[in-house]
Amino acid sequence: MSVLLDVQHMTVTFDQTRRAPVVDDVSFTIAPGETLGLVGESGSGKSVTALSILRLVQPPGEITGGRVLFEGRDLLTLSEREMRGVRGARISLIFQEPMTALNPVMRVGDQVAEALTAHGLASRADARLRATELFEAVRIPDPARRVRDYPHQLSGGMRQRVMIAIALACRPPLVIADEPTTALDVTIQAQMLDLMRHLQAEFGLALLLITHDFGVVAEMADRVAVMRAGRIVETGPVRQILRAPSHEYTRQLLAAVPGMRVARSDQAR
Amino acid sequence: MALLDVRRLTKHFVRKHGLFRPPTIVKAVDDVSFFIDEGEMFGLVGESGSGKSTTGRCILRLIEPTAGEVYFRNENVLSFSKTRMRLARRDMQIVFQDPYSSLNPRMRVGPIVEEPLVIHGIGNAEERRARVAELFELVGLEPDHVRRYPHEFSGGQRQRIGIARALALNPALIVADEAVSALDVSIQAQIVSLLLDLRARLKLTFLFIAHDLRLVENICSRVAVMYLGRIVEMGDTRALFARPTHPYTQALLSAIPVLDPDAPRQRIALDASSFNPGAPLQAVGDDHWARV
Repeated sequence: MSVLLDVQHMTVTFDQTRRAPVVDDVSFTIAPGETLGLVGESGSGKSVTALSILRLVQPPGEITGGRVLFEGRDLLTLSEREMRGVRGARISLIFQEPMTALNPVMRVGDQVAEALTAHGLASRADARLRATELFEAVRIPDPARRVRDYPHQLSGGMRQRVMIAIALACRPPLVIADEPTTALDVTIQAQMLDLMRHLQAEFGLALLLITHDFGVVAEMADRVAVMRAGRIVETGPVRQILRAPSHEYTRQLLAAVPGMRVARSDQAR
Repeated sequence: MALLDVRRLTKHFVRKHGLFRPPTIVKAVDDVSFFIDEGEMFGLVGESGSGKSTTGRCILRLIEPTAGEVYFRNENVLSFSKTRMRLARRDMQIVFQDPYSSLNPRMRVGPIVEEPLVIHGIGNAEERRARVAELFELVGLEPDHVRRYPHEFSGGQRQRIGIARALALNPALIVADEAVSALDVSIQAQIVSLLLDLRARLKLTFLFIAHDLRLVENICSRVAVMYLGRIVEMGDTRALFARPTHPYTQALLSAIPVLDPDAPRQRIALDASSFNPGAPLQAVGDDHWARV
């Protein structure tokens, strides 16, 4: 099996003198088109792992060890200029909170177009057209009108669709989604998960899905890595992790999920 | 016997659109009726904007309802004077969702928990200190934690502080407004088991407001589902989850991720035209009502 992303022994430290690393010797791989669910509780280091892959950790955070192999290069050795060519174009990021991630004073269509023009992948006029197409792809109703809206004019679900449109604009082979549905209502979450699965097939994306929700993992992931206190404690195919977890922590996490019942067969339909 | 009986509770907010456009009325809570038996844990579920939190706040008159009646121990608290209401609040307390913003960051947690006793003029300093110690033990906090500030605690511990404060006056009813929603799943499980334990030990009655249906299914005996300000379905938890009858409830339940990768996904999209929002709640089973 070929590998798209190969994270090897990555270590991220925030305060070298006192504390244990926030990400501690973390290794995992993602194959093209695959979804890896990275699961853990708040503070487990899962978001820092995501940011570190894109070298977006802010000081005092520092990547102190390891390698991040992607498309034949170690991202940790690239220049900042080369790195800018990777971010958004080859690996893009979807954040949890679309309201803070979007520019409030810029039309949403322009924000999608910007992703293309910034990487020199389209002229301004072409980028505008592409934005409308992308809005259609993420199933925003009436895309030609919505591209002219500002973020505050859209609902939470629509904003998250805009975020996804931006992330997909350059057709990257890998998307990192950090709690993409956590802020959404459950019915909207269901729509987003269906949409992401559909787009993944259409665009052939690999997905690093960061979440604390095992339900989302069960719906989306091919493989799962469970993180705790900066370390990956267990990794494996989703069925194995959910049905026969081998690590005690994974078992505890699963047991804490309310309604840990498998398939609701008693639901009259 | 019903400890709380809410009848036709209504809260309208008037939204102004400037000088020359007529204001619109938002029916945040629209003709909501339900009762909670003594010692029961009653679940009120819905998505953001459904009016579930406004309902909880109207019951405690933290927001003044537009119309309706709220009978607590057979007395309509909406008819109470300000002074009388303040007294009634000893018996009706609330635990908020966000343990970060609901605790004063400049106060030590001992005084935070003691404050309701001071406000209601209960006991002298020493008695209050003893009560705070008792409350800390009750919710599983260390006695020497009283001198710390809220920021020194984790989210789960802060929620314990919020619970201790709500319990200070020995209430009969607790409105838990998304009390565990902001917590990690393992912490959530700890706080839920604390609430269940307290309910048994202190004979508490709960209005448990939540958006997490899985959680409500597990801990509530009866449940009401709110949609756009109205209760669309209500009844015995088992009956309602086994046979969801209202299209919104069906859509909501089908949207919950199932912990089985091989489970067939049968999402039911909500088709608002498929039901009549004005339909009355009618019995669809034993202790099971729906607006169909």
